[in-house]
Amino acid sequence: MFKLWATIIKDIRILTRDKVGILLMFGMPILLVIIVTSIQNSTFQLIDKNKISLLIANRDTGKISKEFIQSIDKIGMFKLVPLPKNESNATVMARVKGKDALLALIIPNDFSEKMDGKAKIIAGKALNTFGLESNKTDPKSGDVGPITLYYQPILQESFRRSIQGAIYSALQLIESKQILKNLYFSINEKPLPARLENELLDNKITINEIPVSKNGSRSNPNASQHNVPAWTLFAMFFVVISLGGSMVREKLSGSFIRLKTLPTNYMVALISKQITYLAVTMLQAAVIFAIGIWLFPLIHLPALNLPVDVFGLIIVSLTCGWCAVSYAICIGVFAHTPEQANGFGAVSIVILAAIGGLMVPSFAMPQSFALVMKLSPMHWCLEAYYGLFLEGGTLNDVLINIIPLLLITICLQALSIAGLKMKNLI
Amino acid sequence: MKLSAVNISDLTFSYPAQPVPILSKFNLEIAKGERFGLFGPNGAGKTTLMNLMTGLLILETGSIQLLDVKINNHRKLANKLFGYVPQDFSFYQELSPAENLEFFGAWYGLSRQQIKLRTNELLTVLGLEDVRNKPVEKFSGGMKRRVNLAIGVMHNPALLFLDEPTVGVDVQTRFAIIDYLKQLNENGTTLIYTSHQLSEAEGLCERIALIDDGKIIVNDNLDALLVKHKQIGLEGLFLNLTGKNYRDV
Repeated sequence: MFKLWATIIKDIRILTRDKVGILLMFGMPILLVIIVTSIQNSTFQLIDKNKISLLIANRDTGKISKEFIQSIDKIGMFKLVPLPKNESNATVMARVKGKDALLALIIPNDFSEKMDGKAKIIAGKALNTFGLESNKTDPKSGDVGPITLYYQPILQESFRRSIQGAIYSALQLIESKQILKNLYFSINEKPLPARLENELLDNKITINEIPVSKNGSRSNPNASQHNVPAWTLFAMFFVVISLGGSMVREKLSGSFIRLKTLPTNYMVALISKQITYLAVTMLQAAVIFAIGIWLFPLIHLPALNLPVDVFGLIIVSLTCGWCAVSYAICIGVFAHTPEQANGFGAVSIVILAAIGGLMVPSFAMPQSFALVMKLSPMHWCLEAYYGLFLEGGTLNDVLINIIPLLLITICLQALSIAGLKMKNLI
Repeated sequence: MKLSAVNISDLTFSYPAQPVPILSKFNLEIAKGERFGLFGPNGAGKTTLMNLMTGLLILETGSIQLLDVKINNHRKLANKLFGYVPQDFSFYQELSPAENLEFFGAWYGLSRQQIKLRTNELLTVLGLEDVRNKPVEKFSGGMKRRVNLAIGVMHNPALLFLDEPTVGVDVQTRFAIIDYLKQLNENGTTLIYTSHQLSEAEGLCERIALIDDGKIIVNDNLDALLVKHKQIGLEGLFLNLTGKNYRDV
């Protein structure tokens, strides 16, 4: 036991004197978690809280186009900026290019007239269907010309689609309103009463958004709940730079030659490294979680809420940490130079993170990645963390993720021991 | 009859890439308490022999017995018997001499108390007391050599293998190291020494073996060999027996 203790003390001393290693293991992930959470949080706010500026050039003088603009405003997603009627397309484009706003909408000058024409045609057809007579309307009068939407190319496809959907819904509302007005007028020969118009068109059914959590909690997951666990894992697996490199340096240095001539098995060194670096991964998790809980609110980021099952969180963190350490040791056993360990270690962690769902959500990945994803230990780690942080689960709920993670860890340990035996080191 | 410290019999060893054995049917006996020198040109097989005796290489055929333990069967038991001072600095440069001795002492199987006593003793004897807590990476070559030696003798071994223990050091450090090795030998430690510093070897070794092409050319008392081959020093004897051609081309 004293041999193991002395080895742990030796490893801690070497680790604490490696300033660059400490910076890589703690400084870089902390910076990463703050930056990524800030960026993602502002994206969430762009959609959820901040209104998107929308330039509107209304070249139409009719009533319907004004109602259309009011409908867009009612959606609550946009901050409308009216432009002069005579503003040319080129000037509007220049404004978007100059980032006055991300979007600009041009309503053509015959919009109201054409929309009214279209409503009359549809209302007439409806009356005919009911066996009633309608006024004759020129079918061509209902060809509503397109409205034009200019946008900044930096807008992502999914975001653009949601904007388009919102504008379509405003358009649909106006169209329905016009048809209804025409129908009512044709049947009753008087205008649709304002009260009825509001009841028929504005009485929308609300949508209740409820996150389906395991513990029944209804709190909405924020950017911190998403990012802190993910980048904590990234930090844990990044011990490969320090641990893998130190194992190779030890193998190449004279100290390893002496270790081989001593009456102690190298397994003691291997166990010591696992204990020391497991403690490092736990410390990383504690520091990053603490930053999420206490520092984030001070820098206007949403605070991290710890899961209800704190014991489950400790067990998941220990399992993830052990897997990260086992991966680093495996790299250290098989790499021949520190450059190989650091290069392969760092690149492989980024790849494992990418296929594991840390960078792109796993549900957004192609079907063909389903198997590959399951081979990444970071996938199981992330699923276990998300089960606790986002879904409000307990240890029991995430056992299904911990078991494959332990299997991967055992495989990595077996591979490392086989490598050491093959190299006659144990 | 003197007891054997090392007894090698019928030892054959070849590296995987080389079909011709570097050592073939090799036999050597070193008596307990001797100061024994192992010399030879580059590629002669002396490093291979040293690595086989210290367990760094695994035996193929033949046997090596250190004191009363055959290393073929009891590698870890045999490792308790000897100390090894390799040519390369074999310690953790980030640690201080005291921290290195604490770690290696534990791996030799010493207790906390033994480590404390032995660390104080060795750091004083080898003139490292004032720098006991400074990281070794900041030391001069001579100081590092002394740390290397201190770790090798931490557990008071009965047998000490020394591979170029004074390479790259100044005269004062060389003198101090050789003097300390003689003290160890007087206290009963058998020394097995290899080096290219032949003048230094003359002052340390009582008996020498010259190896070339994996075979022992001579193995006798140094003085007797010099008389027999009409040489005044080890360097002359070495060149006389192994020739003047380059060996590592």
